Amino acid sequence: MPSKPAKVIWLQGITCNGNTHSFLNDPSLGALLESIEFIHHPILPCKKTLKELVKKLPKSDILIFEGAYRADFERAGVKMETLLVTLASKTKHIIALGSCASFGGIFKEASPEHISGILFDKESESGPLQTLRKKVITLSGCPIHPKWLSFVLDMIVQGKKITLDEYRRPKELYGYLVHNGCLRNEYFEWKVDSDHFGTKEGCLYYAQGCQGPFTHGSCNKILWNEVSSKTRAGTPCVGCTEPSYPRTELFSTKTYMSIPAEMPLGIPKRSYLALAGAAKSFHIKRLEGKLIDDNA
Amino acid sequence: MARPTKEERKISIMTKALELFSKEGFYQTTMPTIAEKIGMSVGNLYNYFTSKEMLAKDLILYIANILGEEIRAINESGVGTQEKIEAIVHMYFRVAKDRPETIEYFLRVYLSNREVFQNCCEGMICVSAFVTEMMIFFEEGVRCGELRDQDFFSAFGLFMGYLGGMVFIHGENILPKPLEEYEHTIAENIYYALKTR
Ligand code: SF4
Ligand code: SF4
Repeated sequence: MPSKPAKVIWLQGITCNGNTHSFLNDPSLGALLESIEFIHHPILPCKKTLKELVKKLPKSDILIFEGAYRADFERAGVKMETLLVTLASKTKHIIALGSCASFGGIFKEASPEHISGILFDKESESGPLQTLRKKVITLSGCPIHPKWLSFVLDMIVQGKKITLDEYRRPKELYGYLVHNGCLRNEYFEWKVDSDHFGTKEGCLYYAQGCQGPFTHGSCNKILWNEVSSKTRAGTPCVGCTEPSYPRTELFSTKTYMSIPAEMPLGIPKRSYLALAGAAKSFHIKRLEGKLIDDNA
Repeated sequence: MARPTKEERKISIMTKALELFSKEGFYQTTMPTIAEKIGMSVGNLYNYFTSKEMLAKDLILYIANILGEEIRAINESGVGTQEKIEAIVHMYFRVAKDRPETIEYFLRVYLSNREVFQNCCEGMICVSAFVTEMMIFFEEGVRCGELRDQDFFSAFGLFMGYLGGMVFIHGENILPKPLEEYEHTIAENIYYALKTR
């Protein structure tokens, strides 16, 4: 453990504060605060208020940027193009926190031409921090899981190497699909669907548009509040970690002649259809009934 | 002359069995009859197929694969949906004409004696090679905006029911004209029934 805490600035772009609040739910926050120190944070006690921060933009070890980017959006009277780019050039590591900072997210919908993430604009790497891309780590999610952030902060503090994917997301967190570790996998394999929210039984893919098979993230491995995830609780994954988020019609799967428009990642259509057709032919009593039958 | 391999023997058994099943029906055709027709002992026939049901199942797989490969070639030919329909109708009638036993088997044995196939090929597993290609045909037709989006089976039933029905009444010698003379109008009807409005 380094002797001096790492200096962190948490800057907000256009945001709903979701990631800030999510972070406060991390049970390991107390321990983490022993190895990092916030120069500025919108909610936690810290050295400088936003007004003090913009007076003389300081150096830092880590810059966390939450929210979407728009060049002329102001914080404490300073335009984001100055604020973000200056702070970013004076730091060692930059974290794009949440889907808005990562790809534009929900806020981009309001003004698609002017709003983007800090490095990516949806899939394209055309955001304002292109020249500093090597420093950027993308933590997409809406909001991001607090443990994903504390894990990355810890890795940085410890000086460990973080392997990244094509969108600069840590592979340790985004190498999985949400589908991995989902308790409904057996239902997916045998094509037993659930058609309403909140059930324990059935897969949420066909009838409810679950994006688990296309979405990179460890929601079903690192559980929310340490106990659950969307698919465990019975709501479909909406694909919030991907640049394509938000889709329209979040709770339905687009089909052509009853066939899903998108195949699970990496699976050729022909093979998938042949397998799905075969799986559907079986009737497995264990999977068709209730897990807990109140009337039994 | 080289001795036929086990696979070649199997094919010749299947060819004969196909002919018998489609002509005489599943129950009328017995393993001894099949053995006799190919000049083989019944005991030896069981070395190739452990039961009449297994033989029946292998036949349907075999036919589904033939039809599946034909439709796959059409699906991959890159032509538009209307031309694909023409090609599928043409292919189906050609097979019905050149190898009537295959379509006859499909209609008269597979579809009419479901109890035989219940345990060895649940649902549509045995015909999956064929159904999968039809799914891909429909999916692509809807994706490119030429066909109306609807439940797969409503469209599939319309397409295949029509073709099967025509081959069936042709087999009963009811059609006044040769089957191929109906091809174009049938393809047109299918297209108009399924296309976007
Ligand atoms: S509910 Fe979603 S994540 Fe879970 S098995 Fe089904 S498709 Fe996959
Ligand atoms: S389960 Fe899906 S929607 Fe939920 S946070 Fe994870 S990636 Fe986002």
